[in-house]
Amino acid sequence: MKRIYSVLVENRSGVLSKVAGLFSRRSFNIDSLAVGETDDSAVSCMTIVSSGDKRTLEQIEKQLNKKLDVIKVKTFDESSSISRELLLMKIKYNRNNRRDIMEVCEIMNARIVDMSKSMMLIQMCDIPERIQLFIGMFKTISIVEVARTGTLALQKCMETD
Amino acid sequence: MTGADAIVKCLEAEGVEYVFGYPGVAICPFYNSILDSPVRTILIRTEQNAAHAASGLARVSGKVGVCAVTSGPGATNVITGIATAFADSIPMVCITGQVISEVIGSDVFQEADITGAVESFVKYSYLVKDANEIPRIFKEAFHIANTGRRGPVLIDVPIDIQNAEVKKFLYPESVSMRTYKPTVKGNMVQIKKVAAELQKSKRPIICAGGGVLLSNAQKELQTFCEKHEIPVVSTMMGIGVMPTRHPLYFGMVGNNGKPCANRAMNESDLLIMVGARVADRAVNQPDLITNNKVLIHIDVDPAEIGKNVGPTIPLVGDAKHIFADLLEQEIPSGHKEWTDTLNQYKEAMAPKRNPNPAYVDPAGFITMLSDKMQEDAIYVADVGQNQIWSCGYHIVRKGRFLTSGGMGTMGYSIPAAMGAKLADKRRQVIAVCGDGSFQMSMMELATMRQHDIPVKIIVLKNNYLGMVREFQHYTYQDHYSVVDLSGSPDLERLSSAYDMKFLRLENMERADEIIDQFLEKDESVLLECIIDPMDLVK
Repeated sequence: MKRIYSVLVENRSGVLSKVAGLFSRRSFNIDSLAVGETDDSAVSCMTIVSSGDKRTLEQIEKQLNKKLDVIKVKTFDESSSISRELLLMKIKYNRNNRRDIMEVCEIMNARIVDMSKSMMLIQMCDIPERIQLFIGMFKTISIVEVARTGTLALQKCMETD
Repeated sequence: MTGADAIVKCLEAEGVEYVFGYPGVAICPFYNSILDSPVRTILIRTEQNAAHAASGLARVSGKVGVCAVTSGPGATNVITGIATAFADSIPMVCITGQVISEVIGSDVFQEADITGAVESFVKYSYLVKDANEIPRIFKEAFHIANTGRRGPVLIDVPIDIQNAEVKKFLYPESVSMRTYKPTVKGNMVQIKKVAAELQKSKRPIICAGGGVLLSNAQKELQTFCEKHEIPVVSTMMGIGVMPTRHPLYFGMVGNNGKPCANRAMNESDLLIMVGARVADRAVNQPDLITNNKVLIHIDVDPAEIGKNVGPTIPLVGDAKHIFADLLEQEIPSGHKEWTDTLNQYKEAMAPKRNPNPAYVDPAGFITMLSDKMQEDAIYVADVGQNQIWSCGYHIVRKGRFLTSGGMGTMGYSIPAAMGAKLADKRRQVIAVCGDGSFQMSMMELATMRQHDIPVKIIVLKNNYLGMVREFQHYTYQDHYSVVDLSGSPDLERLSSAYDMKFLRLENMERADEIIDQFLEKDESVLLECIIDPMDLVK
């Protein structure tokens, strides 16, 4: 089972290591982790994707709540949330495959944001599965490096918010 | 006023009487300021024991224990003591000196990242960056340590912060933290559900853990179980929630517990776990206990509920409040048939030992000692075979039983007994250890002497690390490895070196008279009991 934890924490030094340390100390998985400030500069939001059985997922929420730097923990699954990930990927190209690459980017809604004679830098923002799929399409072309942000997610709009 | 003065003022405001510690350059401003304060300092002989002593004091007084050590090795040495307190949820504030703020991170002399190192053993930690923050931080630290699920809090104070000028000292009256609001009162809906289940139950039982003692709920628990005739068993940390000879108390559960207590728990149809973690030592196969029964789990820490076993009814809150609320519920009482059955088990399943008459029998000795001790005496057991015998044969009346249950830290008993004695000088305090655990803390005999802390010490001497030897006996067929304690000091000469009264008991013949001599005065005594090296707890 996969679950997304949206964790509001005090924006202080050391908090990231405390939260990450909790995961390693209790052998919880971190599939991805993204951190950034919220509209309130004193509060950061950590979006953590984790997987495990029901008891583990419940323990993760409870243990996060126990941390004194954690303000609020929201959990949701993929169906009830909108999630996005940003990919930056540098690849090598040549005259023969350039058109194909551009076509794939167009189909997948990715953008070429930088280029040199032999390399290009592609940007894509989508759900993690499609990012994975996109990277997969470039396995036969030489990938120089890849950077991903990890999943960001917010619960879908509901009138009860 | 300097930061160090401010720290001392905070301790005074919190009503701290003793600080256990060991100085070094990085904590010297603090130790300089405390000289002019009524707060007394106890120079412990190794930092780990500062935390154990603070733990002993906290457990007897119910107040936060305080220790203060220097940076680097001082701080890293105290970690085992902090971890021990964390495992048993003991309220503690540990102050560590730190190198000058601006050089933190450059690996200068005696620098250690203590807040990082101790992260998984503390409830919370602070690195003070501004001396003006000291009052708020200390107020919060004491509040965090002694509310909700209790635990240690560490405050790391760089030496320049201790020397910095504090503009205005104002100790806050209250704490406001948006991230920390522990649930103390139980949810009424859940409490009514518990009452409804109790009404249906034919064979209810309460398993009480250390949380009951931490919330000081012994009276409420006892009143509740007497009112409804509900039998009680306890975990190791829960020993002392009821007098051992109370007709409704059936002993400690777990793999080192009383067979009749385990059987009682297994055969019950409703189990109330209160202030207990359901850890492996108490409940071997947690999933099995829910098979045939309703499980009600009461704990102040929501994360403990459902961690090791899924309860039928979770109930978050402080044991004292919850039992007070439960006492107001209308529940039909009386489970005579059930308690009669348990009393039969108790008699039939009483442990049978065949003590070797050439030696002191730990079981018989401990029971005799308990009966001769003052009614409200504090018994501190160490770790090893001595701990298991103590759990099994010490009789608690109105006193306390202290031990390192969660962490099982050897050497706990002597420093913890010192803290307990300082918490209440009127009471008799006795540390019981083995010859292995004694040697882990024997440097504290000097502390006892220097600060006149009359703790009584019993060493059950068998020249072995007995618990490990017993494990090797069963698991490796007597293939003993690194458990022989040859080379141990002559305890009589050691006692005289520390100017301490010494007694020796070689077998049970003179036990009566020697125990009387041991207990007669409020003074430090070391009593060596020679026990059978091959004796087993099981």
